[in-house]
Amino acid sequence: MLEGLLIGLQTAFSLQNLLMVIGGCLIGTFIGMLPGLGPMSIIAIMIPVAISLGDPSAALILLAGVYYGAIFGGSTSSILLNAPGVAGTVASSFDGFPMARQGKAGKALTIAAIASFCGGTLGGVLLMIFAPMLSSVALLFHSAEYFALMVVGLSAIAAFAGTGQVAKALMMTVLGLIMATVGEGALFNAPRFTMGLMDLQSGFGFITLAMAMFALPEALFLVLKPRSTKENDGDIKDLRITAAEARSIAPVIGRQSIQGFFIGVLPGAGATIASFLGYAVERNIATKKEQEEFGKGSIKGLAAPETANNAACTGSFVPLLTLGIPGSGTTAILLGALIALNVTPGPRLMVDDPQIFWAVIMSMFIGNLVLLVLNLPLIPYIAKVLSIPRNFLIPFILFFTLMGAYIGQNNATELLLLVGFGICATILRFADYPLAPLLIGFILGGMLEDNFSRSMQLYDGVSFIWERPMTLGLLVIAVLLIALPSYRARRARLRAAGVADGD
Amino acid sequence: MALDRWIGLVLLGICLIYGYTAWFTMDDALAPFMRRNPIWPSTFPKVLSILGILASLVIVLGLEKGDAKIGDIDYRKLWEYNLGQALLLLGLMVAYALLLRPAGFLLSTSGFLIAGSLILGERRIFLTLMIAGVATGIVWYLVQVVLGIFLRPLPLFIGG
Repeated sequence: MLEGLLIGLQTAFSLQNLLMVIGGCLIGTFIGMLPGLGPMSIIAIMIPVAISLGDPSAALILLAGVYYGAIFGGSTSSILLNAPGVAGTVASSFDGFPMARQGKAGKALTIAAIASFCGGTLGGVLLMIFAPMLSSVALLFHSAEYFALMVVGLSAIAAFAGTGQVAKALMMTVLGLIMATVGEGALFNAPRFTMGLMDLQSGFGFITLAMAMFALPEALFLVLKPRSTKENDGDIKDLRITAAEARSIAPVIGRQSIQGFFIGVLPGAGATIASFLGYAVERNIATKKEQEEFGKGSIKGLAAPETANNAACTGSFVPLLTLGIPGSGTTAILLGALIALNVTPGPRLMVDDPQIFWAVIMSMFIGNLVLLVLNLPLIPYIAKVLSIPRNFLIPFILFFTLMGAYIGQNNATELLLLVGFGICATILRFADYPLAPLLIGFILGGMLEDNFSRSMQLYDGVSFIWERPMTLGLLVIAVLLIALPSYRARRARLRAAGVADGD
Repeated sequence: MALDRWIGLVLLGICLIYGYTAWFTMDDALAPFMRRNPIWPSTFPKVLSILGILASLVIVLGLEKGDAKIGDIDYRKLWEYNLGQALLLLGLMVAYALLLRPAGFLLSTSGFLIAGSLILGERRIFLTLMIAGVATGIVWYLVQVVLGIFLRPLPLFIGG
């Protein structure tokens, strides 16, 4: 591990990569602050830039920096405006916004920054411990287990989608998988489902899809329903916190770093669930007097979700880096970027390209530090971005989504696809269909099919499912994950309706 | 029927067409020696089509009851929002896609940014022109010179 750390330090501390972290964090904060633009859109917009860097470590470092910056920027807008740019920071607005209204915006931002820093850093330490362990186990996996593991990951994403949403999330995942089969597969050298169109020969572009699923609908939502940004007077002062306040949030930060990290590791759970759960847990274990403060500007209530969402972001890198399976939309986009750079994340990553793995971990620490020492003092100035009139902002967001899709493929048809998919994605969002599973399914689709085909060929049929106990076990887990929530929801509904169930 | 179930119906149709292709028409083109392979190009799509049909049926038939919640935007009252602006902007994006090559990057991009601001109700013409012009120049410089990706700068007829 020590050797790895040194490799990582060496890579991350090169001038170029340091600039990448700093630049990424600043860009991320800047754009993440704009209400309505989440980390997924920002990363999707940044991917063409990252890919054209050519160096996978630098690209991943840049994108990871953008990711943290976006989360931090999202908390800033939830605290200042009560308009979270990111779902993972909604819980931060519960106590952050009341603090800002009491004139303690500066203090709230400092607490958020410190909590994010600690959450991210402790999460990074846990990642350093657990990722190598998990990847040494994963090296024993066979393509059959990989296939099963991806099925578990995809079903977990559907299962965590919430009540009444499991079928929709499942549908979106399957739709993503279906879209991944369009074009020429690596295994068969024959175009499939192209409908005779030459432009579909190489399949749908991943950047185009990412833009269409996230950036475009968010921009359209901003057009449809302008948010008022009147409440902000742009006056942020007094960034200091007292020693007593630091002492009271320290245990919260400690607990939530660990809890958030492990929630982040689970596929499909991610920063949003981690932050809400962190908030709820801390409210329950607080003293009676402190409990009354929650929701009215409690510093513990702000520190808990902030720590948890950052630790969870770090945790979500564990399945990505060790198994090559993204657990969230954001890590799915990162995976797509890595594949475009000819790097295949997975257990072999740590053996074949240790410098990438460790450089990313090191850049997490540097990124967190940058956010604390560089971004926090700059926040009063960065917050000025909130006063950019939307008449100028929205055309630019749309232009960047177009540009991103065009640069990736150099093909004007791609732009028409982008608009078409963007409209579909917006309609899907109206009807409350989750879009992240579609993208995750799309990105995992190729790998899932490859591993499935390989096991079919090795075992000359589907017998690998029952001949390999681990594969069978994982597939059973996958089925249970889908079946249990709907079964429990049904039972709860029956009970609520006063119907006894034969249990 | 609510919008989500209509969408479920559309998705069911897509899955049926996809499944029909995978089960009945795709294998015709398969070379005879490939048929001895345990896995065919259509194997995985066949599995997917079944899963897709099942999931969309659950949605269409409403087997899984969730609490209907209204998101950020209530689609039933879509016309109360700035629908016209959104549609115009989408049209503008299509126009941009079609004009990018023939009209060249500089002209189409600055046109896109200016028209976009005007659609959203901007009335300070001079400011709009200036912002669009400067931004187009910067982006073109970044993409062409820094990233090294070719973008035709000028319209075809000028030979750009």
